[in-house]
Amino acid sequence: MPDPAPKRTIIEFRNITKRFGPVTAVDNVSLTIQEGEFFALLGPSGCGKTTLLRMLAGFETPTSGQILIDGQDVTKVPPNKRPVNMVFQSYAVFPHLSVIKNIEYGLKMEGVPAVERRERAEAALAVVQLEGYGERMPDQLSGGQRQRVALARAIVKRPRVLLLDEPLSALDAKLREELRFEMSALQDRLGITFVMVTHDQDEALALASRCAVMNKGSLMQVATPADLYEFPATRLVADFIGSVNLFEGRVEEDESDHAIIHLPEIGIKAWLDHGTGASETVQIWLALRPEKVELHKRMNGEGPPTMEGTPPGHNVVKGRIMDIAYLGSESVYDVMLEGGKRVRVIRPNLTRWDQEDFSWDEDVWLGWHAEGAHVLLS
Amino acid sequence: MSEKPGLLDYARRWPLRLWMGLVFIFLYAPLVVLVVMSFNDSRRTTKWQGFTFDWYRKVFEDTELVQSLINSLTIAALSTVISLALGTLAAIALWRFRFPGKPLVDGAFSLPIVVPEICMGVAMLIFFARVMPWPSGLPWPLSLGAIVIAHVAFSFPFVAVVVRARLHSFDRSQEEAARDLGASDWRALWDVVIPHLRPALLAGALLAFTLSLDDFVITFFTAGPDTVTFPVKVYSMVRFSVTPKVNAISTLLLLFTVLLTFIALRLQARAEAEKTS
Repeated sequence: MPDPAPKRTIIEFRNITKRFGPVTAVDNVSLTIQEGEFFALLGPSGCGKTTLLRMLAGFETPTSGQILIDGQDVTKVPPNKRPVNMVFQSYAVFPHLSVIKNIEYGLKMEGVPAVERRERAEAALAVVQLEGYGERMPDQLSGGQRQRVALARAIVKRPRVLLLDEPLSALDAKLREELRFEMSALQDRLGITFVMVTHDQDEALALASRCAVMNKGSLMQVATPADLYEFPATRLVADFIGSVNLFEGRVEEDESDHAIIHLPEIGIKAWLDHGTGASETVQIWLALRPEKVELHKRMNGEGPPTMEGTPPGHNVVKGRIMDIAYLGSESVYDVMLEGGKRVRVIRPNLTRWDQEDFSWDEDVWLGWHAEGAHVLLS
Repeated sequence: MSEKPGLLDYARRWPLRLWMGLVFIFLYAPLVVLVVMSFNDSRRTTKWQGFTFDWYRKVFEDTELVQSLINSLTIAALSTVISLALGTLAAIALWRFRFPGKPLVDGAFSLPIVVPEICMGVAMLIFFARVMPWPSGLPWPLSLGAIVIAHVAFSFPFVAVVVRARLHSFDRSQEEAARDLGASDWRALWDVVIPHLRPALLAGALLAFTLSLDDFVITFFTAGPDTVTFPVKVYSMVRFSVTPKVNAISTLLLLFTVLLTFIALRLQARAEAEKTS
């Protein structure tokens, strides 16, 4: 789990706006990043996350606003004078230089003497587990190895902040998963602040200690991965991070220890184990993650099951299984409710025979616990 | 191996071999005659009399001819260096920046490629007569200035075209990576962009050098009496009579250009080998 202790601010974006002609790529973003964090900028392509990162590296100048690194205003400082280094999406390993020369390049620019340069480059190679590859040329390396060279080349400069632009997107799925663990281990070991841009929510959730979700140039929410997933602020975030079932509704009863929400779409009442603070006159949405929904057999004449933490008759609804996708570790069920609304349910296959419990066209009860759902106001 | 040869299986089909042979004869027979006749022991270039190196000796005794060759090589070298620098910078500027009137500039750069040489020649003549007369009586390499300028004017667009084509395959993030690692703008250009351009620079240099070395038309209009280049000198010699001396000097020039091309190819091959070894 990420360390919750408050740390020093290392990066601060103050009201950053960036326009390219008529297009506003980043719209008045203010954001602080703490020292030692693994921070992810997450969002669909074109949301402005890469522009924000490039402004941090110095490749773009904000149209307005300020960027501070270590309390110093670097808004107009060129990229070669900033205490940050970047791992590019294409890795941008210099093809005409050997691996070791690639890694030494940044030190050479700093004027580090040759002997120390070689020592530090070798050490960086060891950190990324590429000992003995120093004399190879980049085109003799695999994609994963090139990625490590790019990483070594950046960390050898001992930057205050390491920037990663879609660091794993060019690799195949298996390697990506391996490198995820390596990257977070590396970050722990180096203690450098990492700022990563990604469109891959799994990558962000797996690696980051904190994430900012962006859309259309604006910040939607900044939170830890768990909070983003369990307590998304808006429907947009809920939908972007994982998948979600959304029901329109209105608060009927709102106490400090529980709330009752009427869901006209599916004709039932939902019981929450916490107050919502939402006005009873506005429309709200109930967000329900697929894995938080339970499936129960529905025989003729049997009443609905009672869900944990709720009075009888709440949080249950009739449905019929329309489709099943067996994914090995889990199965995804597409369930149609009586009004025609579709609900996605994920059930882990804990035993070898779990996926045989339910089949196509079977009538079921859908239900969720009092703490299973989350209310969204927008 | 009595399989039916494929459509493009040239070497195994005799009509194609014959065709290829004819093409080579067409291409190289005149050159072979030129080289052979340079060793002919006769003043006439049409009849074989016997073998001699005399004409080669006579070439080196003809100080005017030798001087014209030195002039040509000097002009070619200077014009190549300047064209390479100008052409590369022009290509980089057009690749890197967006500015108003860019299509116009782009077109203006490639215009000298399509303008007929005779027009360029007359234009240069007028330019150096009226607009910017090149001072006469300057010491030797400086006296070639007008011709060098004229040659640069028609060579550097060729360099720019070749370099620009190569720039298209450059990954901009490499330059950014160099900047990110602490290189200044110029340093990044030198360390990352230029190495990528190396094959294009080599090709551009060869092109500029040969264009300058054998240019006749434009040079004819810009050369003064004391700045005769090799093609102009050969032309004036041929006007009286074609002696084997012309054959001899042409053979020497041929040898020189073949050698140059060979070296360039070797350099390129070595660069490729370095990359893959």
